[in-house]
Amino acid sequence: SGPRAAPSGILLHPSKVVREAPGRGRAACLRSGIPVRSSSLPLFSDAMPAPTQLFFPLIRNCELSRIYGTVCYCHHKHLCCSSPYFPQSRLRYTPHPAYATFCRPKENWWQYTQGRRYASTPQKFYLTPPQVNSILKANEYSFKVPEFDGKNVSSVLGFDSNQLPANAPIEDRRSAATCLQTRGMLLGVFDGHAGCACSQAVSERLFYYIAVSLLPHETLLEIENAVESGRALLPILQWHKHPNDYFSKEASKLYFNSLRTYWQELIDLNTGESTDIDVKEALINAFKRLDNDISLEAQVGDPNSFLNYLVLRVAFSGATACVAHVDGVDLHVANTGDSRAMLGVQEEDGSWSAVTLSNDHNAQNERELERLKLEHPKNEAKSVVKQDRLLGLLMPFRAFGDVKFKWSIDLQKRVIESGPDQLNDNEYTKFIPPNYYTPPYLTAEPEVTYHRLRPQDKFLVLATDGLWETMHRQDVVRIVGEYLTGMHHQQPIAVGGYKVTLGQMHGLLTERRTKMSSVFEDQNAATHLIRHAVGNNEFGTVDHERLSKMLSLPEELARMYRDDITIIVVQFNSHVVGAYQNQE
Amino acid sequence: VMFYRLLSIVQRQRTSPGWQNWSSARSSASVAKAHSIALPTQTQVVICGGGVMGTSVAYHLSKMGWKDIVLLEQGRLAAGSTRFCAGILSTARHLTVEQKMADYSNKLYHQLEQETGIQTGYIRTGSICLAQTQDRLISLKRINSRLNVIGIPSEIISPKKVAELHPFLNVHDLVGAMHVPEDAVVSSADVALALASAASQNGVQIYDRTTVLHVMVKKGQVTGVETDKGQIECQYFVNCAGQWAYELGLSNEEPVSIPLHACEHFYLLTRPLETPLQSNTPTVVDADGRIYIRNWQGGILSGGFEKNPKPIFTEGKNQLEIQNLQEDWDHFEPLLSSLLRRMPELETLEIVKLVNCPETFTPDMRCIMGESPVVQGYFVLAGMNSAGLSFGGGAGKYLAEWMVHGYPSENVWELDLKRFGALQSSRTFLRHRVMEVMPLIYDLKVPRWDFQTGRQLRTSPLYDRLDAQGARWMEKHGFERPKYFVPPDKDLLALEQSKTFYKPDWFDIVESEVKCCKEAVCVIDMSSFTKFEITSTGDQALEILQYLFSNDLDVPVGHIVHTGMLNDGGGYENDCSIARLSKRSFFMISPTDQQVHCWAWLKKHMPQDSNLLLEDVTWKYTALNLIGPRAVDVLSELSYAPMTPDHFPSLFCKEMSVGYANGIRVMSMTHTGEPGFMLYIPIEYALHVYNEVMSVGQKYGIRNAGYYALRSLRIEKFFAFWGQDLNTLTTPLECGRESRVKLDKGMDFIGRDALLHQRQNGVYKRFTMFILDDHDTDLDLWPWWGEPIYRNGQYVGNTTSSAYSYTLERHVCLGFVHNFSEDTGEEQVVTADFINRGEYEIDIGGHRFQAKAKLYPVASLYTHKRRKDDVELSDLHGK
Repeated sequence: SGPRAAPSGILLHPSKVVREAPGRGRAACLRSGIPVRSSSLPLFSDAMPAPTQLFFPLIRNCELSRIYGTVCYCHHKHLCCSSPYFPQSRLRYTPHPAYATFCRPKENWWQYTQGRRYASTPQKFYLTPPQVNSILKANEYSFKVPEFDGKNVSSVLGFDSNQLPANAPIEDRRSAATCLQTRGMLLGVFDGHAGCACSQAVSERLFYYIAVSLLPHETLLEIENAVESGRALLPILQWHKHPNDYFSKEASKLYFNSLRTYWQELIDLNTGESTDIDVKEALINAFKRLDNDISLEAQVGDPNSFLNYLVLRVAFSGATACVAHVDGVDLHVANTGDSRAMLGVQEEDGSWSAVTLSNDHNAQNERELERLKLEHPKNEAKSVVKQDRLLGLLMPFRAFGDVKFKWSIDLQKRVIESGPDQLNDNEYTKFIPPNYYTPPYLTAEPEVTYHRLRPQDKFLVLATDGLWETMHRQDVVRIVGEYLTGMHHQQPIAVGGYKVTLGQMHGLLTERRTKMSSVFEDQNAATHLIRHAVGNNEFGTVDHERLSKMLSLPEELARMYRDDITIIVVQFNSHVVGAYQNQE
Repeated sequence: VMFYRLLSIVQRQRTSPGWQNWSSARSSASVAKAHSIALPTQTQVVICGGGVMGTSVAYHLSKMGWKDIVLLEQGRLAAGSTRFCAGILSTARHLTVEQKMADYSNKLYHQLEQETGIQTGYIRTGSICLAQTQDRLISLKRINSRLNVIGIPSEIISPKKVAELHPFLNVHDLVGAMHVPEDAVVSSADVALALASAASQNGVQIYDRTTVLHVMVKKGQVTGVETDKGQIECQYFVNCAGQWAYELGLSNEEPVSIPLHACEHFYLLTRPLETPLQSNTPTVVDADGRIYIRNWQGGILSGGFEKNPKPIFTEGKNQLEIQNLQEDWDHFEPLLSSLLRRMPELETLEIVKLVNCPETFTPDMRCIMGESPVVQGYFVLAGMNSAGLSFGGGAGKYLAEWMVHGYPSENVWELDLKRFGALQSSRTFLRHRVMEVMPLIYDLKVPRWDFQTGRQLRTSPLYDRLDAQGARWMEKHGFERPKYFVPPDKDLLALEQSKTFYKPDWFDIVESEVKCCKEAVCVIDMSSFTKFEITSTGDQALEILQYLFSNDLDVPVGHIVHTGMLNDGGGYENDCSIARLSKRSFFMISPTDQQVHCWAWLKKHMPQDSNLLLEDVTWKYTALNLIGPRAVDVLSELSYAPMTPDHFPSLFCKEMSVGYANGIRVMSMTHTGEPGFMLYIPIEYALHVYNEVMSVGQKYGIRNAGYYALRSLRIEKFFAFWGQDLNTLTTPLECGRESRVKLDKGMDFIGRDALLHQRQNGVYKRFTMFILDDHDTDLDLWPWWGEPIYRNGQYVGNTTSSAYSYTLERHVCLGFVHNFSEDTGEEQVVTADFINRGEYEIDIGGHRFQAKAKLYPVASLYTHKRRKDDVELSDLHGK
C-alpha cells in the first residue's frame, strides 16, 4: 500500500470520529481526512451510486457542522440519535497506521474498487427481495428442544440464531449446546476484535470449561478414569451448530489437554465437603480458567508451527463473551465485554418490556470506570481510560485474549521475538500500548447475573454490540415479541359500539397486514431482527430499498456502515416455567 | 302444550327488532318450563338436535305418519349454527341430488308460513352467481343446464344484465353470471321453529336443555338414549347434532364414525344504506372473490370462504374455544377487500358487527346422511358444509323416507354415511382435510381434481416402486391409485398445475397406455378393490349368497360369476365378481368404496351362525391386473403353465405359482373387457411378483398403466361401474344385464319379485352408450358426467360417466334414458325401439353435441387386428 494508505485508514474508521467529542473529531478528520476525501469523491459521486444515495438524504437531515465531523458516518449518527446509550464504535482500536494494516491485511479499499472498474459503467446496486433474503438467511439456524410424549419438559422451547457479517471474514461467533451430564442449556455470543482467532477459540472451548466446572466430583472422576483407561468417554455437550460454525480440527488435541488439566485440578482440589455446585462460581471459574489457558498456551508455544502461530494469534486477538445458562427457572448470564443479554417480558396488557440482564463493560459503565481506577495507581487515573477507551485503545474493558493488555512488556517482547516470523513482522503485535505501567489492564472475569424465570418472561435476546448500537433495546424486544406471538397479540380489532365504516375498517386492516407481512417473511426471529436492524427507516419499518443498499455494499465498505451482528433468541416455555412456579 | 309454548317464544321474538336480541329473548322464554316436564321413558324415535336438520326430520317423520317421536336439544331450539346461518337458500349446486334437495327446501319454506302461521321471513330474491373468468362461466353453464332440466328456472346473463338486477355491483371485471330467480332468503331460525311447531302439532314431543350423553346399543341395535335428565328407550336414534355429531357418535360403546369437523366462519352485518336496500335485492355469490352478499334489513350481510380457514373444536366441545369465538377482522380482511372491490360504494356504510359462527365440513364436501353401518337404527343427518338451510328440507325428507320405507326416493349414495370408513375418523385427518374443503366451496371445480390433504393413508406395497416410475396418484376411500404414469421426458411441473374443462394435458400419456393395453400388455395396480371371503362348514355360505345375489353361484369350483347384490326394488346395492374357491368358500371382489356399505349389507342379512364366516381380506392381497393380448405370454412364462383359453378358460380362477411365489390367485378376467388376468397376490409376495412380471414382460413390451387408461377402456366397451353408473335405484334389466340375473335359479333372492315385475312390464329407464359425433376433442369442452341428454329435443336423462375412446377416436358417454310423457311428465316404459329411434344430443356446458345411441358395445372393439401393411418401425420399440 502506498503513502495514501495511512490517512485513508483513518478516514474510513468512523469509530474514531463519532467516539471523540464533536470538535476534536472534526479536527481529526479535517486534518487527515480531507485530502483522501477529495481524492475519492469522484468515486462516490458516480462510480458508487448506492452509497451516494445513502448519503445525500441523510445529509439533508444533518446539520452542516456535523457533516464534517462525521463524514461518511453521519447516517448512523442520524439513525441512533435517539439512543444515547452507545457511542457508535466500529473498530476497537484507534486507527493508528500500524493497526490498520494489521486489522486489514488486504489492500486498501479504494484501490480494490478501482481495480474493479466500477467507474466506467455506473450501475445501481439493487438487490431483489429474494436476493436480500438469501443474504439475510445464509447463516440462520433454529433449534427446537425435542418433545417427549408430546410434552416438552424443558423451560426452553428452542432458539433462533443468525449472524450478518460486516467484516470479512466475520469476527463474531456464536455457540449453543445442551449440557448432557448436568441439566441446562448454554448459549453464547462472542464478539472478536483484531481478527477472529480469539472469538473462534472461545466459541469452541468456553462451554466445555463451563460444563466441566458444573460437573459433580464423581462424574469428573469417571471421565478422568475413562481417559486414563482408554474407555469411551461420557459425552458432555450436545452442540447445536449451523454448518458454517466450524471447530478447529488441528487444535482439538491441544484444547483437550488443557481442558483435562483443568478437570484434573478440579478433582485434586475437591475437598469432599460441599457437593453443591454454585452456577455463578462455576461460570466465573470457567471464564477465568479459559483465558488463563489461552495466555499460557501462547507463552509455552507448540512444536507444530501451525499450532504455534494459532495459539499466538488467539492470544493477541481478543473477544468478548456473553453466555446464558438456563436450567429450569434458573437463568444465569455471564458477561465479559459489551455484548448484551436482554429479557423480553410480556406485560399483562400484552405489551412488551425489556429487562437487561447484563452490564456493558465499557466507558459508559461508571462502575467499570471506577474498578479500573481502583485497580491501578492514582497517577494512571487519567491514562487508564482515555477517549472512552482502555489506555485510549480498547473499547471493551473486559475481554478474552488481548495479551497486549495483560502481559508485562517483558513477556510480550520475549514471546514475539521467539515467535514465528509472521508475528515478528507484524507492526501491531510489536506495538506496546502507551502508558503501559501496571499490567494487567484487562480481565476476562465475567459479571454474572441471576434471574429466576417467570411465566411472563417469554424470551432472551443475546446479541453482540452490532445490534445494540443500531437498535434500542425496547425496540428489539418489541419486534421479537410481536414476531414470536405472531398476529394474535397484535391487539385484535373490535368494532365495539363505535361508528366504523367498511372503508375505514378496510384501510386499517390493510395497514395491519402490510405490517405483519414483514413478520411472516422470516422463519427465524434472529433473521427478523437483523432485517429490522439493517433495514429500518426513520418510521421503524423495514425499507426494502435501504435494506438492499446496506447489503449490497462492497465488502470493504460494509464495515463503515455496520458492525458484525450476531443474535440468539431463546424462547422460554411459559407452561413449564409456570409449572415450576406452582410446584414451589 | 309444547306447541303453544313454542308459539309464544316465536311471537315474543317477533316483537324484538334486532338480530342481536334474539338469544336473550329466547332464553328468557324457554327457561321456565323446560325443567318441569319429565321426559317420557319410551318412544319410537329420538332425534338429537333442535336445529334446522333435527326439526326437519321430525317434521317429515310426523308427516309420514310416525308420531311417537321425541326431539332433544341440549340448548335452545334453533340456537346453534342454525341461529347464525346467513339465511341464503341457493339451488345452484354441483350435484343433482343436492339441487333437488335445495329445490324441495325452497318450496317447503315458501309455504311454511301459510302452513304454520309462523313468519319465516321468506323473500324470493333470486340469486346471481358471478363469473370473473371464462372457466368459472363454464362451471356456471354446466350447473345452469342441469338446473333447467330438473325444472329450476335459471339463465346465463351478461354483465350488463347483472348491473340491471343489482344496483351497486361493479361489473367491469365480469365475463358473465348465472341468474336463479327463484332462490330466496329466509330466517333459518324461524324456519326451524316453524318446522318444530308443525311437528309438535303432529305429536312430536320437543325438549330443550336436554343433553344426550350417549346412545345405548344392544346386539348392534339401538335400544335407547341416556340423557342428563334420564333414559329413554327407543328403536331409532337420529343424530342431527351438527358440529357435535362427531363427538356424539364416538360417545357410544360401539362408536359410530361420523367424519366431520368445524371451521370458524365469518360474515359481516352493516347498518342500512341511506336509501335502504330493497328487500328483494338478489343475493350475490362472487365465488372468484370468495364472498356472498345478501341484503339484510336495508343494509348488507356478507361473508365468504377464505383460503386459510381456522378449524375449531378438533378436540371436541371446548368452552375456551367457544368463548374465544370473536370477531377476527384481520382474518376477514381479504374478504372485506373483495367485498369493497365488488361494491365500492359500500365504503361509507357503517359496520354493525362481524359474526363468527362455526360451520361444519366433511371430507368430501358432501353432507352425511343415512344409517350407521355398525349400529342398526342409528341414523345421521349432519355435516352440511354450510348449506344446511338450503338442504334442510330435502335432506330431512330423504332421511325420513329412509327410516320409514327403508330407502329414500332418490339415489343418495353420494351422501351416504357408508361411503366413509373408520379410516376417515381420525381427528388429525379431519382437521387437515376440512382446511382444504372449506376453500374448495368457492374454488373452481374442474373435472378430475383430487384432494391434496389426508393422502397416502392406504397404499399398495408397490407404491414406492410405481411412484418412482412416474405414477401420478388419485385417492379413493383413502387408497392411493395410479392415474397414469408420466414418462421420464415429460415436464412434470407443468403437468401437475393445469386444470381445465377442455382436453387435459395427460391425453397423450393415457393414449400410449391404452395402446399398450390393446397391443401388448400393461400392468395396473388395482389393490384398492374391496375383497371379502365367505366360508362355512356346510352349505351355509352358498345358501346365503344365492339369496343375496341375483346370479347363480352354484357353479363348479374355480368359476367366477359377475353378479349384482340387489335390494328389494331390484336395484344394485353392489356389483361384484365372486370366485368359488372351494365348495364352501367364496372370494368376492367389489368396488373400492363398497368396503363399508357391502360389509354392512352382508352383516345385516347374514344369519347369526358361528359356522358361517365373513372376512374382510382387502388388506391381505395386492391386486395386479395384467391386461392386453400378451398377458397370457407373460404369465405362462412365469408359471411354466399353459395359459391359453383351452387350459385356462375365461372367468376362471386358479391358485398357482408365479415366479418363486406360491398361492397366487390368478383369475382370467379384467374389468375392462380386454383379454388379461387379475392376480391376487398375498402382500408379502407383491414386490417379487411385480418385479418378475416387469422383467419377463419386457420383451412383450410391458409397461405400467393407470386408472385413466382403465376408465377409457371400460367406458368404450360399455361397462357400467357401480357408484358411477349403477346405484341402488338401477336394476340389472335397466342396464342390459339380463344374463347376469338367474330368475329361475331355483330359489328366491332379494329383488327377484321386482325384477320379475320389471321383466313383465318393461323398464322405465335404459342404460345407453352415446358416441359423440360433432365433438372436436381438441377444441370443445369435454364431457364429464351429469350432462343432460336430449332425445328429439326432449330431455330424457343425464350422463353418468364419460371418457375419450382412443380406439373409436370419439368421446363416449354413458347414461340413462327415460321416457317422460309429453303431457304429464310421467315416466313411461323405455323399449329398445324407443332408444334406437331417437336423435340424441348431449348438453355440455350449454352446447349441444350430436350423439349416436347404442345399447350394445361396438363389436369392432373386440376383434381388433392390425392389418399387415399398418405395421411401422415404431411398433418394434419398447413401450
